[in-house]
Amino acid sequence: MANNTKGRRDFMGMALGGFTALGGIGALYAMKRTWDPLPSVKAAGFTTIDLKDVQDNVLVTEKWRGKPIFVLKQSKEMVAKAQNEIGKNGKKSINRLIKIGDNYYMVAVGLCTHLGCIPGYNPEKEDFLCACHGGMYDATANVTKAPPPRGLDIPPFKIDGTKLVLGEAGPEYKKMLADGTTLAV
Amino acid sequence: MAHFEKANSIGEWLDQRLAVETLKRVLQTEYWIPKNINFLWAMGMVLAATFGILLISGIFLLMYYQPNVNLAFDSVNYTIMSQVGYGWLWRHVHGVGASVVFLIIYIHMFTGIYYGSYKKGRELIWLSGMLLFVLFSAEAFSGYMLPWGQMSYWAGMVITNLFSGGSLHANGLVEWIRGDYVPGQAFLNRFFMLHVLLVPLAIIGVIVLHFGTLRIPHVNNQDGEEFDFAEAAELYKAGNVKESKVIPFSPVFLSKDVLVMGVYFLFFFYLVFYHFEFAMDPVNFDPANGLKTPTHIYPEWYFLWSYEVLRPFSTNIGLIAFATAQVIFFMLPFLDRSPNVAPASRRGAFQIWFWLMLLDILVLTFMGKLPPQGIWSTVGLVAALTFFALWIALPIITKFEKKL
Ligand code: HEM
Ligand code: FES
Repeated sequence: MANNTKGRRDFMGMALGGFTALGGIGALYAMKRTWDPLPSVKAAGFTTIDLKDVQDNVLVTEKWRGKPIFVLKQSKEMVAKAQNEIGKNGKKSINRLIKIGDNYYMVAVGLCTHLGCIPGYNPEKEDFLCACHGGMYDATANVTKAPPPRGLDIPPFKIDGTKLVLGEAGPEYKKMLADGTTLAV
Repeated sequence: MAHFEKANSIGEWLDQRLAVETLKRVLQTEYWIPKNINFLWAMGMVLAATFGILLISGIFLLMYYQPNVNLAFDSVNYTIMSQVGYGWLWRHVHGVGASVVFLIIYIHMFTGIYYGSYKKGRELIWLSGMLLFVLFSAEAFSGYMLPWGQMSYWAGMVITNLFSGGSLHANGLVEWIRGDYVPGQAFLNRFFMLHVLLVPLAIIGVIVLHFGTLRIPHVNNQDGEEFDFAEAAELYKAGNVKESKVIPFSPVFLSKDVLVMGVYFLFFFYLVFYHFEFAMDPVNFDPANGLKTPTHIYPEWYFLWSYEVLRPFSTNIGLIAFATAQVIFFMLPFLDRSPNVAPASRRGAFQIWFWLMLLDILVLTFMGKLPPQGIWSTVGLVAALTFFALWIALPIITKFEKKL
């Protein structure tokens, strides 16, 4: 074939290739967005829980965004114990508690920070054990034995009288985030 | 248009239009297989047949399965198991097939390792085979989600959490994979799509590739002997069948494959009819519950060895160990530095390496099933460390291997 058509063929090849590549990138973006959680999933992210009737050292499990939420009201002795406790990752246990009036509550996502099993609470020993790989937490859900790298994550919360709104970040939660007591969930 | 003569038979008519005679020659009667091989070389066709059985049983399950978090469990455990005529058969065939296919994959892999069938021109056979292993793993995992029992849910939870990368805390990625904060409807639907369409499609494609990579290097033989296939084929075609080192794939070799398959399917259907329960975890007969973890979470037996590599370490090291274990077998052709293509029994230190590796994988498998306590934790840790030590030792011992 004549050499003088080669330049034109190359040009058409590159032009078509360029547009195809652009379209390909666009399609990849669309595919990524299709895998994203739906807006309805994102929006159903608020739950209000009432802490009025919770008993000392009795674990209550609520549900938020499909995840179990642990609520554990601390007795006087438990608060005193938490004052001096430091987790495996160097964080103070006492900072993890939420104070409402004169009462202290542990509120956390009940999924092990290792790989997400639900740890079980032992009220006598006042600790949590994760049966999956043997991780342990104290009564404030601070980590005391690996493999979990940190205490149970604390969900965003806002205090509203004796109620907690989960999913909304109030000043007390923002402080916990800022000093590294919990990571964002 | 090309010129067509009147055909005298259906075969001729097809041959004129599709060149079926050429196809038959290239793919069957003149695709040469060495004589010097044993029943272990039938495992590839056993795998192909098992995949066919999974496909057929899967199609019938698909007629009644409901990919919906409220319906999935009952559609499998009630509708398919007790309402659909012979529904139990498809389910038991599918479950047993998914389990046994891994047993055969492991035999097939270790046969390749033993005879050095991943070297010198056969690297692509090995790499495409490993790709098939990864795809079958994805297929088995996504299928395990579908009955939406307790093990489905919690295996889904734990395995997708691996993608948070430990301290990287990549929750966004985990939620993206799930399409939700926890495994839910979006999760079940997308794993259903992967299980019944995308992954099987990829598997079929890679099986074709795997066969293609065999064509030029040919299959290995029991002595790793390199010989002239063209010459041996001429000898066979000239009628010197006895002296020739090769036989045609079909019908000669295939008839041997079929014998092995026959024995295999006796075993297979014995399991399907009398021992299907080994492939059905009792915990998965409880419907999924996001607020309650089963006491012990463990994967199906074929993932136990890599799970045990993850378990004894802290989060980050465990993740790195697990990720490495998943891909390290891909590296075998490049980490084995010896040019010898020969059975392990003639390769000195490599023979010890082979049996230690096999033993270590068995120990890891048994430990993965036991709860992580006391002496079992220690044995598991030692076996996990041995696994990595063996891979570090491989290039060194093969570098010093005597040339045969
Ligand atoms: C294209 C082929 C396939 C189709 C259409 C298919 C379809 C299905 C369907 C509808 C189910 C849900 C019903 C049930 O749980 O019994 C299922 C389950 C399952 N599939 Fe497949 N499948 C295919 C191939 C495979 C392959 C190749 C494997 C494994 C290597 C596999 C592994 C599994 C597993 C482990 C389950 C769960 C079984 C159970 O718990 O009973 N599937 N499959
Ligand atoms: S998931 Fe809790 S220790 Fe691994």
